[in-house]
Amino acid sequence: MGEIERYLLIFIGAALIYNILLIRFIGLCPFFGVSSSVETSIGMGLAVIFVMTVASAICWVVWNYILYPLGVGEFLYIPAFILVIASLVQFEEMVIKKTSPTLYKALGIYLPLITTNCAVLAAATESVKPGFLKLHVAYHFSFLEAIIYSLGVALGFTVVIIMFAAIRERIDVAPVPKSLKGYPIAFITAALMSLALTGFTNLFGL
Amino acid sequence: MNYTYVIDAVLTMGGLAALLGLVLSIASIKLHVETDPKIVQIAEVLPGTNCGACGLPGCEGAAEAIANGDAPYNVCVAGGYNVATKVAAIIGVEAEDAEVKKVAVVGCGGGSGKVKICYLYDGISQCAAANELISGPLACDYGCLGFGDCAISCPFDALRMGDDKLPKVDREKCTACGICASACPRGIMKLVQSDGDFNVSCNSKDQGKNVRKVCEVGCIACKICEKSCPEEPSAITVDENLAEFNYETCTNCGVCFEKCPTKCIQSAEGNKRPVSSSVKKST
Repeated sequence: MGEIERYLLIFIGAALIYNILLIRFIGLCPFFGVSSSVETSIGMGLAVIFVMTVASAICWVVWNYILYPLGVGEFLYIPAFILVIASLVQFEEMVIKKTSPTLYKALGIYLPLITTNCAVLAAATESVKPGFLKLHVAYHFSFLEAIIYSLGVALGFTVVIIMFAAIRERIDVAPVPKSLKGYPIAFITAALMSLALTGFTNLFGL
Repeated sequence: MNYTYVIDAVLTMGGLAALLGLVLSIASIKLHVETDPKIVQIAEVLPGTNCGACGLPGCEGAAEAIANGDAPYNVCVAGGYNVATKVAAIIGVEAEDAEVKKVAVVGCGGGSGKVKICYLYDGISQCAAANELISGPLACDYGCLGFGDCAISCPFDALRMGDDKLPKVDREKCTACGICASACPRGIMKLVQSDGDFNVSCNSKDQGKNVRKVCEVGCIACKICEKSCPEEPSAITVDENLAEFNYETCTNCGVCFEKCPTKCIQSAEGNKRPVSSSVKKST
């Protein structure tokens, strides 16, 4: 298997086939909480792409150079990663505020929401321990593979949350039965979207 | 039992936390962004409901615009005179005299039963949508459609839809931000001076006989109010087939309210109106 091919498989596997929202049901709180309009879901999606990629890169370094060599990673990775991700989001917020006020206005309110988002933790964990995933293309991700993987997860998250928000905007004005209005119909919609995405199972043998 | 794990774990987490804490504290000093203290002060004075009536992105955005001189000190519509004076004090500007407090009124008395309906509407429950379909299900092209776009749009919870499918204004809560006026596709919500006790609850510019055909409580432009007004010149005038108050000269005497044959002049007290009696029912 060529190198480029493996990267592509990791990317598609992370984004589509094992989509974090619709196939693995991780990070459902922003999926339902911030998807009421396309505009906010785009902001959330961009913030997730940004934070998830950087967080996974840092967590990969922390795992490979601190936790794993000391032999404490197996039981310490969750608190360590949460610590890293939370401080990273704080740090990023300060950097963005200083360097780009425009970007800060666009992402500002969403960044704190991601601090303890489980999807970010999941992507960071899997970029160092890909065994959680049935992605047999790589057992130990290299640094580049980890970044490609987390970028794939984040893009999958963004595309799905934007699609979901677009559908919800249409549902808001549709004649939905009273008992199903609001969240019930949103959950039904999410289930149908999830069914549609299971169609990708076994694509490329993943 | 191997205690090195415990020591390693404590050292790792402690070291990581100390390192990250150090980085963050250095970053907070190095990357500190100077915010104008005025912005914070102004933001505290503003209502903070982010109603958007000023046209700026929320109260935070309004505070920034005021501090930078991009917006006048009295840009906050909802806060009115009280907020404007406080803001003026912060940025060191002389506040002008008190503006007259305004309040939103409903310019339609139709509602369910009083106005004729020309077709049954079964579409999206929004006034804007209903208004698009052959100019609405009402026989009157000016009247309230009753789906409550105004009540939904009100950021201060001052509007609610009554049982007669007409919006009711809570004068205590209304800040005259004008959002309901722009939400109504037919321009029924109007802002008037809050010391005026009466308002014309009709929006129809049709001729009197056409109004009578479709509505029991519409303004038929009979000019009785104009003639009966004790003020000179009259504080209520009929223009374009619709009566209109001039609140500068109106003394709230209530003569027009008593005399109006179709009872389309409304009293502010609890949105009461006398029962219409003399109007000729259309067939």
